[in-house]
Amino acid sequence: MLHTFVAYVEDLPGVLTRVASLFRRLNINIHSLTVGRSEQAGLSRMTVVCEASAEAGHRIQASLYKLENVVEVDDIAQAPSVTRELALIKVAATPRTRSQVFELVEVFRARIVDLAPESLTIEMTGVESKIEGLIQVLNEGEGRILEICRSGKLTMRRGHHTSGVLKAMSVGADESAEVPAEDGAAVEQE
Amino acid sequence: MGTDANTQALNHPPARLTGAEIVWATLVGEGVTDVFGYPGGAILPVYDALRKFPIHHTLVRHEQGAAHMADGYSRASGKVGVAIATSGPGATNLVTGIATAMLDSIPIVCITGNVSSKVLGSDAFQEVDITGITLPVTKHNFLISRAEDIAPAIRYAFQIAKSARPGPVLVDITKDAQQATAIFDFEAAKPRPHRIHPMRKVEESGLAHAAELIKNAKRPVILAGHGIIESGAMEQVRTLAERAQIPVALTLLGLGAFPASHALNLGMMGMHGESWVNHAIQDADLLIACGMRFDDRVTGSVATYATKAKKIHIEVDPAEVNKIIKVDVPLIGDLREVLEALLPRISSRDGAAWLKTIDGFKGDSAVRDIKNLPDLGHLYAAHVIHDIWRITGGNAIIVTDVGQHQMWEAQYYHHEQPRTLITSGGLGTMGFSLPAAIGAKFACPEKEVWVIVGDGGFQMTAGELATIAQEGIKINIAVINNGYLGMVRQWQEFFYERNYESTPMVSPDFVKLADAHGIAGLTVRTRGEVAEAVNTARSAPGAFLLNFKVEKEDSVYPMVSAGSALHEMIRRPGGNDPLEES
Ligand SMILES: Cc1ncc(C[n+]2csc(CCOP(=O)(O)OP(=O)(O)O)c2C)c(N)n1
Ligand SMILES: [Mg+2]
Repeated sequence: MLHTFVAYVEDLPGVLTRVASLFRRLNINIHSLTVGRSEQAGLSRMTVVCEASAEAGHRIQASLYKLENVVEVDDIAQAPSVTRELALIKVAATPRTRSQVFELVEVFRARIVDLAPESLTIEMTGVESKIEGLIQVLNEGEGRILEICRSGKLTMRRGHHTSGVLKAMSVGADESAEVPAEDGAAVEQE
Repeated sequence: MGTDANTQALNHPPARLTGAEIVWATLVGEGVTDVFGYPGGAILPVYDALRKFPIHHTLVRHEQGAAHMADGYSRASGKVGVAIATSGPGATNLVTGIATAMLDSIPIVCITGNVSSKVLGSDAFQEVDITGITLPVTKHNFLISRAEDIAPAIRYAFQIAKSARPGPVLVDITKDAQQATAIFDFEAAKPRPHRIHPMRKVEESGLAHAAELIKNAKRPVILAGHGIIESGAMEQVRTLAERAQIPVALTLLGLGAFPASHALNLGMMGMHGESWVNHAIQDADLLIACGMRFDDRVTGSVATYATKAKKIHIEVDPAEVNKIIKVDVPLIGDLREVLEALLPRISSRDGAAWLKTIDGFKGDSAVRDIKNLPDLGHLYAAHVIHDIWRITGGNAIIVTDVGQHQMWEAQYYHHEQPRTLITSGGLGTMGFSLPAAIGAKFACPEKEVWVIVGDGGFQMTAGELATIAQEGIKINIAVINNGYLGMVRQWQEFFYERNYESTPMVSPDFVKLADAHGIAGLTVRTRGEVAEAVNTARSAPGAFLLNFKVEKEDSVYPMVSAGSALHEMIRRPGGNDPLEES
């Protein structure tokens, strides 16, 4: 199954290697990995998406916690969450062929962020399936895709959790207050 | 902690020292009195500063030996062992020793020098990325390039090495950091408190469930592992066993955690465990795993492992729970603490019927008391080890290498006390024994230390004989010389149609080799000579080597071949077995 781990790690040299090495050792391929600053000074937030057996989740979480620089780990698993991905897609398009791309961008509620005589760059934020969808129709269209840059998944649990609350949750706090939501639908188009 | 040296460091007013001095001052503060190492360019400032500090440095002959000595020091005493090496080849030579400590959860701290921070990553002379190399075989490691970071890193390293499930930590210090100065303030360098693994948890309901299972079990077995020794839970395990009359099976690294002579002690489990131990486990309706990790050498095939048994797993490392064997009641915490919480819920139980059944299992396997066997002119390793046990009263620290002799040691030397068997279990590192014994002797100078080593493994680290000579320490060495890489030969015999490829081994005359180091020795060829030779070695003032020329093609029985069910054992071919009473 697909696992999504959110980890708060100390913002120090080599920490990414330690986390990545743990997955490598288990011979698990990481689908996507995003790292950036978090709301807490000195801590980075990672979202790691990987394919592994259902039982592996516990062991991966437990092993991540054994790394000295890992402060907090949440195994999002099937919990209600908001997941987004950002993609930049550069498409070959001349003034003559642009309009078709414009239309698709409109339909997918993406944006054009760069326009050059021979190409244009689309910025698209959404769930993975929507990005895949845009890529597919672009491939079917006239404009050749020149480059794709995808951020990988960014995930956050729904509801009033701050990272500090995650700890409390892992010892069985009441989750009933959460907003139930089916993810994956094209809701929320920021 | 709490030693004079420690107090001295604590009272030491903050002062400006070089990074090299800070290394030693911090070690002194951590209570270190002995280190094992080998110098070189990138660690020279540290060596230059040594004379100012009350620490004894043992010069090893290979850095692998330094790591094993630190490891043996720790296993014998429970303290953190320290190894020191230079950059590049010095550091890489440590790796086998570090991995050995990692696989057996032994707290050691390794300090390496590295090239100056300005040239890090430039393939400078003797530069190697040792923090990268050791990342998967350490609990944690540090690359330090500023003098002011040295004390906090070393103190943190000690904390990590000792805490929860112990293990090795490496601190790599660039040469310029050793040469620079900083204010040394031992107190200020104290690490933040150790964070308890958030997934450690022992719930009331779990304790109640465990107590209920124990109460109702008809055929319970305690699986006693190394964690008992690490946690210091010998008394608690014993109380549990005695109160509920539960027999105890031990892992290799658990030997000594429960007295061998205790009526409830079954012996060692697993690949070379006695048949009744494995039968008891396979027939059990409840397994209480204490500080053990269901290693493949103790489970045999996982699918057929103790299928009738409910399982309680008391373990400090959450990542070990449900890793190999799915358990019914995980109690994730420090073993001693968990048992202390559990024991008030355990009342006395009648275990007689089950113990009698297990005695029945023993009936069909020969009793392994071999001391009264006739001397047929053959010398068996079992004889040798049995005699060493008898003559040392089971009180020596035995440090074994890896191979057949290691398993015979486990079968024939009966350990009453924890930390009296020092052996590389998880990694199975040949060459471990001689250096580890040196470390053990430094940790426990008043104890009798014996090395039991194969002719193969001995040659891997025999250079440390010179270390023994230089340090003038008393260690007795029993080479179980069968002319083969015996354990591999045994696998070839059983599983590769006796194709003894690359296992017969020509060796030097070990007695002459010892002699060349100024160490006395004797060759023993018959059973009749064993006892006297052992006594000669013991009473000799210095180190002594006994070269036991044993039966060449003997095998370790019983054996569960890898991947077989635990109760499917290869037994010693019947009939004329000189090791078994009829
Ligand atoms: C460093 C290392 N290399 C190889 C092995 C594989 N191995 C396991 S036991 C063994 C034979 C050991 O021979 P010896 O030291 O003579 O002991 P014996 O089995 O004969 O008692 C070998 C080669 C190992 N455990 N460690
Ligand atoms: Mg041999």
